[in-house]
Amino acid sequence: MAEPQENQFGIEIRGLSKIFGPRATDMAALVAQGISKAELNERHGHVLGLRDINIDMPAGRIQVIMGLSGSGKSTLIRHINRLIDPTVGEILVGGEDVVKMDAGALRTFRRHKTAMVFQKFALLPHRTVLENTVYGLEVQGVPRARQVDEAMRWIARVGLGGFEKHYPNQLSGGMQQRVGLARALTNDAPILLMDEAFSALDPLIRTDMQTVLLDIQKEIRKTIVFITHDLDEALRLGDRIAILRDGEIVQQGTSQDIVLRPADDYVESFVREVNRGKVIEVDAVMTPLAGDGAPGSPQVPVGTTVDEAIGTLVAGTGDSLTITGTDGVPVGAVTLRQLAAALTSAR
Amino acid sequence: MDWLTTFPAMNKDTLTALKRGIDDGFRAFTRAWGDPIEAFFEPLRLFLIHSERLLLNSPWPVVLLVVGLLAWLGSRRWSIVIGSVLTLVIIGYFDMWDDTMRTVAMTFVCTVVAIVVGIPVGILMSRSNRVQAVVNPILDVMQTMPSFVYLIPVVMLLGIGRVPGVIAVVIYAIPPVIRLTNLGIRLVDKDVLEAADAFGSSSWQKLKNVQMPLALPTIMAGINQTIMMALAMVVIASMIGVQGLGQPVLRAINNQYFTLGMFNGLAIVGIAIIFDRISQAFGRRLQKHQEVTHG
Repeated sequence: MAEPQENQFGIEIRGLSKIFGPRATDMAALVAQGISKAELNERHGHVLGLRDINIDMPAGRIQVIMGLSGSGKSTLIRHINRLIDPTVGEILVGGEDVVKMDAGALRTFRRHKTAMVFQKFALLPHRTVLENTVYGLEVQGVPRARQVDEAMRWIARVGLGGFEKHYPNQLSGGMQQRVGLARALTNDAPILLMDEAFSALDPLIRTDMQTVLLDIQKEIRKTIVFITHDLDEALRLGDRIAILRDGEIVQQGTSQDIVLRPADDYVESFVREVNRGKVIEVDAVMTPLAGDGAPGSPQVPVGTTVDEAIGTLVAGTGDSLTITGTDGVPVGAVTLRQLAAALTSAR
Repeated sequence: MDWLTTFPAMNKDTLTALKRGIDDGFRAFTRAWGDPIEAFFEPLRLFLIHSERLLLNSPWPVVLLVVGLLAWLGSRRWSIVIGSVLTLVIIGYFDMWDDTMRTVAMTFVCTVVAIVVGIPVGILMSRSNRVQAVVNPILDVMQTMPSFVYLIPVVMLLGIGRVPGVIAVVIYAIPPVIRLTNLGIRLVDKDVLEAADAFGSSSWQKLKNVQMPLALPTIMAGINQTIMMALAMVVIASMIGVQGLGQPVLRAINNQYFTLGMFNGLAIVGIAIIFDRISQAFGRRLQKHQEVTHG
């Protein structure tokens, strides 16, 4: 593959609301006035799916949308390629509004701009791994030889080399989802939509797949929208995270923002269960430094997790660390006490 | 109290006039349109005649060989191959070869027509609930209306012979293909369809790549049923001049020839079993990707 071009396809979601029911458009005004989900259901028999969603998803990064079941996260991701039509709102992909596309334009958009990975894999059971993987290119009408070349490369890349002729039923869940991932990547679309892609997998395989995804993302720099109900997964993968509850966004930000500054009790209750040491970075707890650090203390770069920092610290003899910037110049210092304080959420 | 025990039926004269009106109307229609309709079905007649000639004029060893080969291709099982060939040998030994070949040709043509007409109708039904709501009652009528009854208009339109026979058989035998095509497509996993949509498949691509292949086992079950029903109808169609195993059966009924009826009846059973085993085994082989499951 040629050097990946700079990904231009960020996704901007503007004022998106989705109401399910026969007179959804009439209800939009009520929703805009702030009627509650329960009241809309009881008084008018309509279900509020999403309310006034605004998200900026930067190009070439992983945007995680996290929420429990019923929070509307799967509905939200299906708006991006319009498997579900919004009631009101705009979805701008690379500056173009997906909502305004007609059927033909939408099909072209889905073929060339997006690829999707599904929670239940959604492979074609009558096709082999190879035939599943070429599907996107086949639909595009790409010559067969190129379909196979691309597909074989990605099958090997996700670690399924040698399984091309197997049927999905002959593979374990983890392997089936690798096929799902290979199928999406073969499409070579700038946007990758992953709907609870790893939720159906065993914990170990899930971690494994997260690693595979992060590795691949370093090369391909897609705009990835990743849906999950698992905060650990969200924190591990997400460059940015949006937390969804009952169809509304309760907090958006980086993993540091979410863990260190939960917006409300709801987010707080999730964050309490998180392994903070693996998420919080030393920059968040260090004391900024004007001159040089304590002489002789071990150095760690900015962006090191608290967990790793403690590891470095206990391996040595001192009780403080010097934090260095990207240029190697010391920018701060952190003590064991500060690191330990970061690990506990009890204050 | 007479009016309570006797149902207040329509006036006798009115009823007679009504029946006569419909009869006259239909007769006028057959007079006006009989020839064009017959011309329309001419290709069907040629197809049938050629299939029949092909089977009758081919040397019997060749027919046995072809049947054996088809059985092998369909099922990949020796037991089915040997069973099929042996059944035909016994039928031939009891001097029912020619009638059997005519019946096989008839069944083949009727099945082809039923598939060619039935699958597109089934697909249309699966795409629209409105079409389904219209077609379903029609299928109910086709399946429950005594078959003798719709022989009447067919014969009035086209006379006695092969083509009206084919039409009568197809009317009787087509509902399973239509219903099971519709059902098979409607049962296709919604998640897989959504994936096809997400990759930008057109509706034709969805039909060709996802819906038809996944519905195929169900459709095959429908085709199997259609073949069985076509065979069953062949005896009744012999009343309007369809040649084959049905004619001796009809003669046996009229003259109380027990053995003649029994032999020809068993021959029909024999080819029914051949058709059934081959088509079912073929249907199962289409699902081979379902069998090897990960532990």
